Amino acid sequence: MTTTLRATGARTHIGRSQPRRDAHEKLRGQAQFVGDMLVPRMLHGKVLRSPIPHGRVVSIDTSAAERMRDVACVLTGADLRDIDPYYGHAIKDRPILALDKVRFHGEQVAAVAAETAAAAAAAVEAIVVEYEELPVVATVEDAVAEGAPLVTDRPTKQGLFHGLGELPPRDGNVCYRYKIDRGELEAVFARAEIVVEGEYTFPSVYQYAMETHTVIAQVEGDEITLWATCQHPFLVRAEIADLFDVPVANVRVQVPYLGGGFGSKSYTKMEPLTVALARKAGRPVRIQNRVGESMVTTRRHNMTCRMRTAATGDGRLLARAVDCLFDTGAYADNGPRVVATAGDAAPGPYRWAAYRVDASCVYTNLAPAGSYRAFGAAHLQWIGESQVDEVARQAGLDPLEVRRLNLLKPGEEVRSGGKPLDADLLGDVEKVAAAVGWGETRRPLVGRGVSVGLLAAGAHPVSSAVCRLEADGGVVVLVGTTEMGQGPRTAFAQIAAEEVGIDPESVTVRGADTRFTPYDRSTGASRSTTIAGLAVQRAAADIRAQLDRIADNSDIDPSDHLALMRKHFGFPGGELIGRGEVAPTGTGSYAEGPVFWEVCAGAAEIEVDPETGFVHVRRTATAADVGRAINPQLVERQDEGATLQGLGNALFEEMVYEDGLLLNDTLLDYRVPSFEDLPDEMTCVIVENEDGPGPYGAKGCGEGALAAVPAAVVNALADAGVPMTELPLTPERVWRRIQELKKEGKWQQ
Amino acid sequence: MEIALSVNGRDVVRNVAPHELLLDFLRDSLGLTGAKRSCDVQVCGACTVLVDALPVSSCCFLAADATGSEVTTIEGLAERPEFERLEEAFTRHAALQCGFCTPGMLLTVSALLESGELGSEEQIKQNLAGNLCRCTGYRGILEAVADLAGIQ
Repeated sequence: MTTTLRATGARTHIGRSQPRRDAHEKLRGQAQFVGDMLVPRMLHGKVLRSPIPHGRVVSIDTSAAERMRDVACVLTGADLRDIDPYYGHAIKDRPILALDKVRFHGEQVAAVAAETAAAAAAAVEAIVVEYEELPVVATVEDAVAEGAPLVTDRPTKQGLFHGLGELPPRDGNVCYRYKIDRGELEAVFARAEIVVEGEYTFPSVYQYAMETHTVIAQVEGDEITLWATCQHPFLVRAEIADLFDVPVANVRVQVPYLGGGFGSKSYTKMEPLTVALARKAGRPVRIQNRVGESMVTTRRHNMTCRMRTAATGDGRLLARAVDCLFDTGAYADNGPRVVATAGDAAPGPYRWAAYRVDASCVYTNLAPAGSYRAFGAAHLQWIGESQVDEVARQAGLDPLEVRRLNLLKPGEEVRSGGKPLDADLLGDVEKVAAAVGWGETRRPLVGRGVSVGLLAAGAHPVSSAVCRLEADGGVVVLVGTTEMGQGPRTAFAQIAAEEVGIDPESVTVRGADTRFTPYDRSTGASRSTTIAGLAVQRAAADIRAQLDRIADNSDIDPSDHLALMRKHFGFPGGELIGRGEVAPTGTGSYAEGPVFWEVCAGAAEIEVDPETGFVHVRRTATAADVGRAINPQLVERQDEGATLQGLGNALFEEMVYEDGLLLNDTLLDYRVPSFEDLPDEMTCVIVENEDGPGPYGAKGCGEGALAAVPAAVVNALADAGVPMTELPLTPERVWRRIQELKKEGKWQQ
Repeated sequence: MEIALSVNGRDVVRNVAPHELLLDFLRDSLGLTGAKRSCDVQVCGACTVLVDALPVSSCCFLAADATGSEVTTIEGLAERPEFERLEEAFTRHAALQCGFCTPGMLLTVSALLESGELGSEEQIKQNLAGNLCRCTGYRGILEAVADLAGIQ
């Protein structure tokens, strides 16, 4: 069931569920992914990874591996002495290969390039490494304890793209801290009639893009060419140029179709190592991760949080205090940005007399953690919203009523100095509540929950696009956005077609190639339709303007593009080039942002089995508050995908670590949602208020549901009688909680 | 060792290592890259191909064990006249996103449609649980398959 609330405003190709432009290729198995590509003379790379979480590398003996058949070369840290081998877009803390130390289970220690993948794998086994084990910093609590061993002793060196101003120096194992302090917090708490507080735990999660990280690198002189599974080819280009000390123009990054991303392929991942290996081999090399390797390439931050919420006896929210420790693993990756975004999500979209947020990004000896869809909001929303529901319970109010009383209204300040609220949150949450039968009588063990939050979206607003109107009337859109399944090629074709006045089938949108596609900051943060889409709209409108100018000086019909082109160029050739650019109005900094607030509103109805602790999801609903849906069907599909990922995150997904060792590094032990985890009913409510900064009032979507759904499930389970403070809500945990409640005499069914 | 089999209706005779996986054989020796490698442990279904009309995970199936068999990959399925129905339904319902799981999903669906094992929504959910999709949330696929199976 789908409810669509359609705004008016007649458009030919906008707001229509046009078929995906990539369906034909993908359905027939013709779509090319990096792992399907062959480059002449290409070798196969394999990485030797650390078997221990923390240790000094005493010696590496590669002699046996080097003598093996079909082995081209073996790369170790010793091969990187001619460059500064540390990279990281936020903090340059990560060596291409472990140098003196290994800092997490799975860290890259050496790599082999060989004629076949089998030969490379065999040679990796023949490398002998001697480690001297060091004390393991296994948890964030260990990491911030007095006298904790340091995961890194290097001073903080700024990366190119964190966007957070000047980063402070590292403080022990804390590499970044995001603080907000507004109002007289303790004074407000002192006069509160209701105070809710708790300690919460959020697990480490694997994004599981089904296509693992795969890179082909070729180094010829000072020219570096990459075919890579990366979401942000232009940022990878800059980091590779910086690392290997070549001009940006000498680095070419090509991105074919991506087999999913969800943040796991954001920023630089396996590219530096593959380039270093190709550089030594003198031939192109491909490195293709296995699932267990991609799990330790990047993951979602696990986190612990202490939260307190104060309210009046009649349910008016007063103050909130949040302290959280994010486990960013051995290297920062996108940790600082994740923590800042979490800090912004922590108060929740309410009016507060005072609030304080103190969020730390902490090094440990776990695998590096970075981006995963709805980061920050996914971490904090379930906690904040469970406390809002508890306020409602204590005040004797319906959870919806508490939100009616306290939610921010459009135009109100969300964060000092940042973008005011640009959405109707109450409208959104009422719609999703209605979709799961809010207010209908329910039988025991069934619970319903809602949740609403905001996610700072859009990243840095820099994108450009070029449209080429060819002499046969077709339009080629050049834009650096990566197609990883979310559908930008389809949406951009619709936008370009709308502006130029042609059929979307006459528009071609292909993948990113930094040599030819103009600059696009990144594909993530729900920014592509909004920002890159705006660049495409402007480029296409530029073409239309040029056509109209040609038409003005003639008696040719403005819709007869072929005749206009023929008149302009005097022969059946030539092309019109349209240019579109989006740049920040201010500095584009994180503090001034975000580009837009992505709404995370959802509702769920669950049923818990007290005998087993199993939580069955009966209904979910999410609001896709998109301003304007360019392609409503693709919007729904985004929310549905995020919903299932949210259910996985809420109910069973967890990377299990013990003393720094990852215990479940295959899909046999790390379960992701399958068909059988589909809720009985899943509703996506598309909300179109044309209040976005993108084309036709659009704003991004597809992440919010991943923050909203776990929070709604947690609230629904509490509504069914089982309040939880730890994710995932595995049957064992839920069952144990029910036993506790029974002991305490609080189990009422 | 030498194996002889039929791949997408064409006879193939090749030398393979005894431990070579069918997935690697199809992708590397025959250039049929529609079958994808993902989990390596027979969980995700991205590598699904048909061996004698039954879906198998080619990441855990020896090429040698396919000798004498008829193997169908997505490239072969796409040549069949009945593929148009699948393509139309999956396109109309936007039952794909990144496309990485899609070939394996279609091969499983085609085999189960043939054997009549997709008779209800419950059956679809149960019998397609061996094909993971991380993007779509399964909803679009469920709708497309229900359509193909004639379920209202």
